Amino acid sequence: MAEISSSAAGPAPGRLTTADGIPLKTALAAAEARARRRALLLVLPLLLFILVTFVAPIGQMLHRSVYNPSFPQNMPATVAWIRDAPVGTAPDEAAFEALAADLRAADENKTAGVVGTRVNYEYPGSRSMFTKAARAADKITPPFRAAFEDLDSDWTDPELWQAMRATASAYTANFYLAALDRTRDVAGHVVQVEEDRQVYVKLFVRTLALSLLITVLTFFLAYPIAHLLATLPLRHSNLLMIFVLLPFWTSLLVRTTAWIVLLQSQGVVNNTLVASGLVADEARIQMIYNQTGTVVAMTHILLPFMVLPLYSVMRPINPSYVRAARSLGATSWTAFRRIYFPQTIPGIGAGALLVFILAVGYYITPALVGGSDGQLISNLIAFHMTKSLNWSMAAALAAILLAGVLVLYWLYDRLIGIDNLKLG
Amino acid sequence: MKKILIMTTALTGMSFAASAQEVTVLGWGGAYANSHVQAYFTPFTEETGIKIVSVDADNPATPIKAMVEANNVTIDVASVENADAIRLCDEGLLEELDASILTPAPDGTAAADDFLPGTINDCLVATDVFSTVYAYDETTFPDSPPTTIADFFDLEAFPGKRGMRKSAKVNLEMALMADGVAPGDVYDMLETDEGVDRAFAKLDTIKDSIVWWEAGAQPPQLLADGEVALTTAYNGRIFNAAQTEGKPFKMVFDGQVYEFEGWVVPKGAPNLEDAKKFIAFSTGTEPLARAAEYIPYGPPRKSSAALVGNVHGTDIPMVPNLPTAEANLANALSSSNEFWADQDTELNERFNAWLAG
Repeated sequence: MAEISSSAAGPAPGRLTTADGIPLKTALAAAEARARRRALLLVLPLLLFILVTFVAPIGQMLHRSVYNPSFPQNMPATVAWIRDAPVGTAPDEAAFEALAADLRAADENKTAGVVGTRVNYEYPGSRSMFTKAARAADKITPPFRAAFEDLDSDWTDPELWQAMRATASAYTANFYLAALDRTRDVAGHVVQVEEDRQVYVKLFVRTLALSLLITVLTFFLAYPIAHLLATLPLRHSNLLMIFVLLPFWTSLLVRTTAWIVLLQSQGVVNNTLVASGLVADEARIQMIYNQTGTVVAMTHILLPFMVLPLYSVMRPINPSYVRAARSLGATSWTAFRRIYFPQTIPGIGAGALLVFILAVGYYITPALVGGSDGQLISNLIAFHMTKSLNWSMAAALAAILLAGVLVLYWLYDRLIGIDNLKLG
Repeated sequence: MKKILIMTTALTGMSFAASAQEVTVLGWGGAYANSHVQAYFTPFTEETGIKIVSVDADNPATPIKAMVEANNVTIDVASVENADAIRLCDEGLLEELDASILTPAPDGTAAADDFLPGTINDCLVATDVFSTVYAYDETTFPDSPPTTIADFFDLEAFPGKRGMRKSAKVNLEMALMADGVAPGDVYDMLETDEGVDRAFAKLDTIKDSIVWWEAGAQPPQLLADGEVALTTAYNGRIFNAAQTEGKPFKMVFDGQVYEFEGWVVPKGAPNLEDAKKFIAFSTGTEPLARAAEYIPYGPPRKSSAALVGNVHGTDIPMVPNLPTAEANLANALSSSNEFWADQDTELNERFNAWLAG
């Protein structure tokens, strides 16, 4: 408005002003700024809530994936020696003297376990070396190198010193390396871990593949259901809608357990198959505690997230468009392909994105019915959060997963366009 | 006037909070928590007037790290496995406990001498010895039931699925014992690459038949459903299912792996003094013996062992069901906490990779 009125006034000598002489443009800007501030005040509680309960904890957690100060905080002298010595230097007497001094302090402050745990991530088996050496710290006397070798011959292992070097700076990319099945060798080069310890890349790929499969399955199941719901008269479709929503409102655990009851080898499905003679009693089909179980249960649980967006775009589609196409000579397939289907694409996009992103982070269902080959990356994140207590590792895995989802979201935006999303 | 009213209300509120002493105990739930209520909580409240608030977790060691790091400790005492206690203690997340607060045995023996070796350490006072054994349904193998740990891995003689805990710990030890390794050599062997390979090779022989469980309540359920023919389980859970629910479950103590668990106090516990009082009370000779009558986890005090009577409410003696009973210890392994504190990361990584492969 201000733009138009001032340009309309053009070169006129007296510019448009308000009653008290302030130029109209300025007054308008001030008024708008006031309104914006008021609007901000309105959303401020929500904004603060999101910052405090969502952004801050997630940021802090992600920070852990690159930041682990356990070693430099508690072993200052050793860190100083490592800083001065170039990569690959064999530890000398001074190094062991620094180590002894640090361990004495660690014993007093009860931090040897923290340090040992940190180095243990890089050099398995070293945790007890640190706790034991700290307990015996008072008895470690010069010559230090020999004293440490007496405690445990591994103290002079170059790999251990490489591990300490890796942990010496609080900021590290090593958790990301580990999350991609990589590690550093003695010379500091990035190499793959041994084959029998590679697991994370495999699980990332499996998580993406299974999520994609589940998304496709939900699409093929949900499309006809949503179409039926959208085209039936309201009183029938409302009843059917209850069937979609009822499981949606039921607890996740209940639904997962229900699938266990149905699919387990002494379960309803197997018993029916055996009773009907289709399957021999000793050849019951293993449908749960494996990948099949994960896919079946998750497809069922995530189905409403596909049905509802599809239904919401199908409901308002005018049936006369398809009728018009048919009357102009299109076959029913052509009418569907050229007229009906394109109008449902925003719903497909929304449903697919919802189902896929939920599936990528799914945790409880694969944990309960996944057995060994139906585990997803989220189960390993949970493992590091709750069992191994290696939160930095959990954070690194979660960050990679988050980045992956954001990339897919960006791809989706580029290919289909996020404006095309219709959630209902 | 109004102000005074507010002040007095606030003050009475405060004095109320101060007089209503309570201790919050984080436990494992189920039959195990029930044994705590009967043997420790109720008598303690009767004697001291201090209330016990009992809360449960899947593994009480897990929330402790989060609570202490967030500076928001809401529990006073937790029941954790010794391996976890050592780890948390080394990381400075637990209060140190002094053995001198514990009550001496009735004959005057100091607590430090009365407890079995190793069951009191810097941060933990043991309450019981529990064990991972394997169990089966009697009706599945009526003629020649399994009797040794090797039978668990014998799919030909004992066909059917196997239940195992989804973790490297205990499974690797059992695999080696089943492969003929004497309990005394198990951990020496697991220190070497060949030993670990051998354990995984043994697990490989039954890998396709394993149903993995995570919570202690699952194995009895899997057995009851007929989903597995044999399953590893905590001895207390199987005993409970057999005793109170009348399930035809039998345990095999051959090749059992036992360890102990006990009380720890998270750093910054709100009611530290009362927590210590509770620990001293509950680890007395008498309460430890009573608890063992509710669930077959052996008492860690020498003076308690003799006092354990019948299974609560029956006339069946409890002692033969304890993992620490003489007959059950013939081929048994004491879980090495030091080994697992060291190798946990590496072996579980390998285990996860093995599982996913």
